Amino acid sequence: MSRDDYILKAEGIYKSYRMGVADVKVLKGVDLAVKRGEFLAIVGASGSGKSTLLHIMGVLDKPDKGVVRFEGRDLSQSSEREINRFRNKMVGFVFQFYHLLDELNVLENVFLPAMVGKGVVGWLASRKKAKKRAAELLDQFGLSERANHKPYQLSGGERQRVAIGRALMNEPKILLADEPTGNLDSAAGNGILSVFEKMHSIGQTIVMVTHDERIASRAGRIITLADGKIT
Amino acid sequence: MYKTILAIRYLLKRRISYFSVIAVALCVFVVFVVITVLSGLTAEFKRSTYLSLGDCIISSKSLVGFGYYDDFVKILEQEKDIKAVSPVVRNYAFVTGTLESDKEPRLERTVEIMGIEPLTHSQVTEWGKWLSYHKEDVINAFKPNFAPNLAGCVPGIGLMSERDSEGDYQIPKELPKVKFEVNCLPLTAKGALAKAGAGEINTKTFYCSDVAQSGLARADWNQIYLPFEDAQVLCGMDGQPKRANAIFVKFKAGVNLEAGCDRVRTLWIDFVKRKANFPLANLLEKVKVQSWEVYSRQIVAIAETQQTLMILCFGMIGIITVFIVFVVFYMIVSHKSKDIGVLKSVGTSNGDVLLLFLGFGLLVAICGSAIGSAGGWWFLVHINQIEDWLFRHFEFQLFDRRLYAIGDIPNAIDLKVLGCIILSAIAACLTGALIPSWRAAKLEPAETLQVNQL
Repeated sequence: MSRDDYILKAEGIYKSYRMGVADVKVLKGVDLAVKRGEFLAIVGASGSGKSTLLHIMGVLDKPDKGVVRFEGRDLSQSSEREINRFRNKMVGFVFQFYHLLDELNVLENVFLPAMVGKGVVGWLASRKKAKKRAAELLDQFGLSERANHKPYQLSGGERQRVAIGRALMNEPKILLADEPTGNLDSAAGNGILSVFEKMHSIGQTIVMVTHDERIASRAGRIITLADGKIT
Repeated sequence: MYKTILAIRYLLKRRISYFSVIAVALCVFVVFVVITVLSGLTAEFKRSTYLSLGDCIISSKSLVGFGYYDDFVKILEQEKDIKAVSPVVRNYAFVTGTLESDKEPRLERTVEIMGIEPLTHSQVTEWGKWLSYHKEDVINAFKPNFAPNLAGCVPGIGLMSERDSEGDYQIPKELPKVKFEVNCLPLTAKGALAKAGAGEINTKTFYCSDVAQSGLARADWNQIYLPFEDAQVLCGMDGQPKRANAIFVKFKAGVNLEAGCDRVRTLWIDFVKRKANFPLANLLEKVKVQSWEVYSRQIVAIAETQQTLMILCFGMIGIITVFIVFVVFYMIVSHKSKDIGVLKSVGTSNGDVLLLFLGFGLLVAICGSAIGSAGGWWFLVHINQIEDWLFRHFEFQLFDRRLYAIGDIPNAIDLKVLGCIILSAIAACLTGALIPSWRAAKLEPAETLQVNQL
């Protein structure tokens, strides 16, 4: 396999949190490489550091030690501006609790990353295109009828599909999903996994964190995190 | 763009935002109303003071006064920038006021007497307009209608009548026959009592020929105007050279106050030099030439100090507003930490998060200021009607007209003042929002998103 086949690499990642007077070591030298177009599941018990690893890979958190490389580039050397651009364009996040903005409707939540990535003038110039793209994503996830609804008017599964739409809005190179089905019933969870499978089938790289091995089995590759290390 | 949208939505959808808007609105309303009314009162007081003095005052603080005033009046009258000049005698006197039909006096008190020449004094000040019976005939102001040959005087209206609760003095159509016995201690040019021994006071009886209403409490309640020569005699200033306490000067329209006063000062210095070897020249050296603003500094300063103190009090209210906005924003930021994490996860920078919440603060300030200004404007426009209504139904007056020498409550709106208040409110809101916004900007996304998962 050539070097370019790895889109994201975590090398020697250490992370600890201070809990009172003690340091809790969550990650103890994790090495992980994600191949382009791969659907990877990270499984592990609760508190094993799965979410922390995902956040570090998405530059939402900083490791105490270690390097995260995106397409070969060390992200710790990036400026704040470059990090923001990375979060906006290169990566899409899906969270267990959806984290939709209550003040925005469904359509606005989906095209939020497009708005964030552009200034006022840029947004005014591209908003039609962005809204069209957001509407297409909603249509793709069966949520066209819900475009003008507020998040609190949707079911859990619908909210998570909106969150996926938001994550995919700027056509990121990698999708990072943190327990995407953790807050859903099995039917809704299956629906979300179907969406992931569909996205994977058209080449989307996906890294999914879950504690449920049955859900992880839907991924192309599974790695297990235990005691702060990949086993 | 999303920052504007989110700031507007936060304002509209978060009920807690309404509290900060209401706090700002109330603050702007109260400060706007109180500053307008107080500034109006101070401005009205200054205007009345100016109208009672003219532009420039040549005066001695000593009750002895100074001589050769008539020579200097002639010099001033030749100046092209000077419209009118009025010499004045001022002193204190014990006065008894008795209605002709009564045996016992109704008034017994010490007042300030002011000797003036009615016509020239009316050209320098608004004195002629303050009269009730001789507005069109100022020159005869000291001639009682009922006996023109008797010596007349013009007491301040407060000495003759009391204000009713509407703030008006009751002025009868026919002037009542009231005689005032004025008792004064005459002083020599050296400041000694002019009359030693038993008959050391000068006494003269005057009949009320009119009343003067200046709008200044100290004048209306504490002053009697007398003919200039009579006042000189009463005060012992009629010897040679005759003396006066002050000369009031009115400049022609368009003359700069300071330049005019400087010119009078120069003339006075020359005059004093020329009179250096004359008798009583030493009294001239005690004389000051001042603009009306400097001359009345002490009394105007009281009103201005009250206004300043009130503004300081409202500065405190401003600090409370900053604190309220701070608390509300702190709560909002705490509630919105998840949103901040989400925004950062989609690429929002720390600066943009800061701007988002500062923009929210700006919106709160704009809405609060708009509501407070509109409410304050409406209230000020109707303040006198509201006070009338309160008085009719509850007998409540903001300023008891029996005590305060004002008619309507001043309500002239100064757009500059309003602008300053709005800008201050905006600054207060941004200050209150700054620390919570900064805190929001510094939040780590992983931290906020993880916290919310727990």
